[in-house]
Amino acid sequence: MGSLIYFSSASGNTHRFIEKLGQPASRIPRNRSAEPPAPSTPFVLVLPTFSDGAGRGAVPGQVIRFLGDARVRSLLKGVIASGNRNFGSLFAHAGDVVSRKCGVPLLYRFELAGTDTDLVRVQHGMTEFWKRQS
Amino acid sequence: MTIHTQMPPRVLKVPRAINWNRLQDDKDLEIWNRLTVNFWLPEKVPLSNDIQSWAALREDEQQLTIRVFTGLTLLDTIQNAIGAPALMADALTPHEEAVLTNIAFMEAVHARSYSSVFSTLCRTADVDDAFRWSEENEHLQAKSRLILNEYGAASSPLKKKIASVFLESFLFYSGFYLPMHWSSRARLTNTADLIRLIIRDEAVHGYYIGYKFQRMAETLSEAGREEIKAFAFSLMFDLYEIEARYTESLYDGVGLTEDVKHFLHYNANKALMNLGYEALFPDSVCQVNPAIMAALSPNADENHDFFSGSGSSYVIGKAVATEDEDWDF
Repeated sequence: MGSLIYFSSASGNTHRFIEKLGQPASRIPRNRSAEPPAPSTPFVLVLPTFSDGAGRGAVPGQVIRFLGDARVRSLLKGVIASGNRNFGSLFAHAGDVVSRKCGVPLLYRFELAGTDTDLVRVQHGMTEFWKRQS
Repeated sequence: MTIHTQMPPRVLKVPRAINWNRLQDDKDLEIWNRLTVNFWLPEKVPLSNDIQSWAALREDEQQLTIRVFTGLTLLDTIQNAIGAPALMADALTPHEEAVLTNIAFMEAVHARSYSSVFSTLCRTADVDDAFRWSEENEHLQAKSRLILNEYGAASSPLKKKIASVFLESFLFYSGFYLPMHWSSRARLTNTADLIRLIIRDEAVHGYYIGYKFQRMAETLSEAGREEIKAFAFSLMFDLYEIEARYTESLYDGVGLTEDVKHFLHYNANKALMNLGYEALFPDSVCQVNPAIMAALSPNADENHDFFSGSGSSYVIGKAVATEDEDWDF
């Protein structure tokens, strides 16, 4: 079974989602000078969206830097993105960008810190997903 | 004889010039950039394309729409003239203060937008009636009163932020529901485009002020944090009670009340999440009509995701070889 790697900004929504999920996960640091995690096994990325009204800047810089490493990218198996439906068609846009760029499936999208339904779906979905991967 | 009471002269301190290259909080610049890039004016939306659509509404539907927009105008007016300025006094950084001036101005743009809708689509007499209605409507006045109590000088910086997040992330939605409903039926679609711009702004405002709330609440003792959380949930209960009555008074006639309430619960939970809190309403009462969700985020669900169950037709995208040097978003 693979792991989760996530980014959460200072507002902490994604961090709260990961805490409630209760699965092992490592965090990409907010501090740009800190070393990001160095995965050695397949993982799924969980990240929030920060795009403007035109979709620019959706993926946080720290995540771009993390995925800039080709070896890290080769272990990325899927992406889960959060956002806010108030942003219309750009809801959870970071997930679309990473999915397209890295050729990995967009597994799930949720709003802010997620609901109970989101948690159940992701818990169940991740278990099934890793089964299929192995 | 006139007696002049002499007020002691208030000496204004010279502030330090704001330096955007020395940030205490990165969020300030992030949100400043977001808000300024997203800036818009109602003139950019071709509202006159809705004239025929407006004429096709029944008279009671027109009256409901004007009333809903008048209610929204009142909340935007409060936020522009009182809410955002009240938060400015508590700003911890000069950059936060500057962001709040942007928020205050955009609230004036929102309030102004409803008048653009009115002048394009409605008869002046009907609009005047609705403004009178808003001054006399007990629910609208009651929720404004609850929010204003927290914006007053006697309140605390944390309570002001809670009230502000509840106004921007919760109270607007009994109103926003209606243009999304019309849009889902291909009515007033240009007006809905304008409302979606407002909805997008409110998400950033609620997120930012909620974030500032969390930073400030972190500095409290455990007991202090418990106390402020209890206050937040209690204010939410009080506002919800009023919102439920307001919703019934507006939407019973068109049979939409239950649907609107699901939308209220869903947004109340999002408002609480902006403050860093858990949801209040269980998912079972947050089942928003899919047509409303689709109107809120058009095209967002065209790409099915893997876990939602709707993605049986999902095909894993073929990996495109990415060179390290073109790894640039």
